[in-house]
Amino acid sequence: MSIDAAPQAMPLRERFTQGLDAPICLTWELTYACNLACVHCLSSSGRRDPRELSPVEARGIVDELADMKVFYVNIGGGEPMLRPDFFDLLGYAVEKKVGVKFSTNGTRLTAERARRLAAMDYVDVQISIDGALASTNDAVRGTGSFAAARTAMDNLAAADFGQFKISVVVTRENVTQLDAFADIAAGYGAQLRLTRFRPSGRGVDSWEALHPTADQQRMLYHWLLDRPDVLTGDSFFHLSALGEPLDGLNLCGAGRVVCLIDPIGDVYACPFVIDKEFLAGNVRDSGGFAHVWRQSDLFQSLREPQSAGACTSCGSYDACQGGCMAAKFFTGLPLDGPDPECVFGHGEEALAARPALSLPQSTLGHSKVDSHGVPLPVPTPVRFRSSARV
Amino acid sequence: MTAPPAFDPSRHWRLHPQVALRDESFGALAYHYGTRRLLFLKSPQLVALVSSLEEFDSARAAIDALVSETERPTYTRALARLAASEVIDVD
Repeated sequence: MSIDAAPQAMPLRERFTQGLDAPICLTWELTYACNLACVHCLSSSGRRDPRELSPVEARGIVDELADMKVFYVNIGGGEPMLRPDFFDLLGYAVEKKVGVKFSTNGTRLTAERARRLAAMDYVDVQISIDGALASTNDAVRGTGSFAAARTAMDNLAAADFGQFKISVVVTRENVTQLDAFADIAAGYGAQLRLTRFRPSGRGVDSWEALHPTADQQRMLYHWLLDRPDVLTGDSFFHLSALGEPLDGLNLCGAGRVVCLIDPIGDVYACPFVIDKEFLAGNVRDSGGFAHVWRQSDLFQSLREPQSAGACTSCGSYDACQGGCMAAKFFTGLPLDGPDPECVFGHGEEALAARPALSLPQSTLGHSKVDSHGVPLPVPTPVRFRSSARV
Repeated sequence: MTAPPAFDPSRHWRLHPQVALRDESFGALAYHYGTRRLLFLKSPQLVALVSSLEEFDSARAAIDALVSETERPTYTRALARLAASEVIDVD
């Protein structure tokens, strides 16, 4: 929401495209280690990276975010609760008035940890499921992952945590379960959060089979319009071309109001573009994160006016701004053309016209591998600890 | 949760204790740590007004001191919206 006392002021969206002094929405992935292996993992997580930030370095990031007045940070991974200093870091951030919203698969959210979280201010918890039924969810996230997530939700509810969030990546398989997701959330007094499936990380291999069809996207758009209380992380702005804009800024915030700090301190334009093309710098470089955010060549160029390219003649460009940069990049489409899921079908035409073998191949993944370096199949079953410790 | 008090410009107002401001070229971002809401204050003058409310006996006195006569109705409405969002708080 914006409070407008100066009608002559430049529209806010235009201001945002030119970048802010500090990000509004900063994602910080604490580790590439994960005990799940979801088929759509945006960061291809699995193995911890030996170069990950030390506890002291991580606290240094919090100090810097506090200095920059970043009000809150979205923590993810990998599975962030696998980091041994997870609670120390949470406590430190909250003490510095950097609020934390963290995403977890729930497998380590025990009853005891739920009570610890409930006792903290400024901490929001988001538990991921990708199906309203175990069968739908576990096909994407691994056998047993639905039960584990529900146990975590039960633990938060029993600890009187208050309103947590249930986070769902919308796929072709689960888009028919939107009402069921809303019911699960309502049952806990939780907030439902739906986000867009991008072909990032391991998603590059599963996107074609799992991204919602054009009809499903139209249905989703109307479903969201009817439910302004459902959070979306502003991720479905490509659907705003269908008419009335969805709630949110409706722009690509990459490098402008959004960025990612990955577990080894690399700073990318957004959480969905872990690729050297979108690497702006590292928090270990001189000048730290603030220097990368304010001075990096990549972020400076993303804040320049962008060409609408093939979308110039489309009357809906103002509504969708050409869609998601990451979705275009990882499907091999030009960045100044339509989104692969353009609601007018221009993306499908562009996908059909792609030259063969044009897909970018990221070499930055942390998927688990066998002793020969060959990636293990996903999703793999979750290996649970005894119920008392799950 | 109790509803925020209605905006009465004759009373003493202040920046809500749970709200932090961050200056930006267009004005400021305001973040409420309690409601977790982020708002955009779209003029530096509004930011100055909000930041100095506490020094005046009433919101009206602050507006009279800091805002030109023609703009006072606009800024009064802006403060009313900030009160409804709990960015400012009656004291």
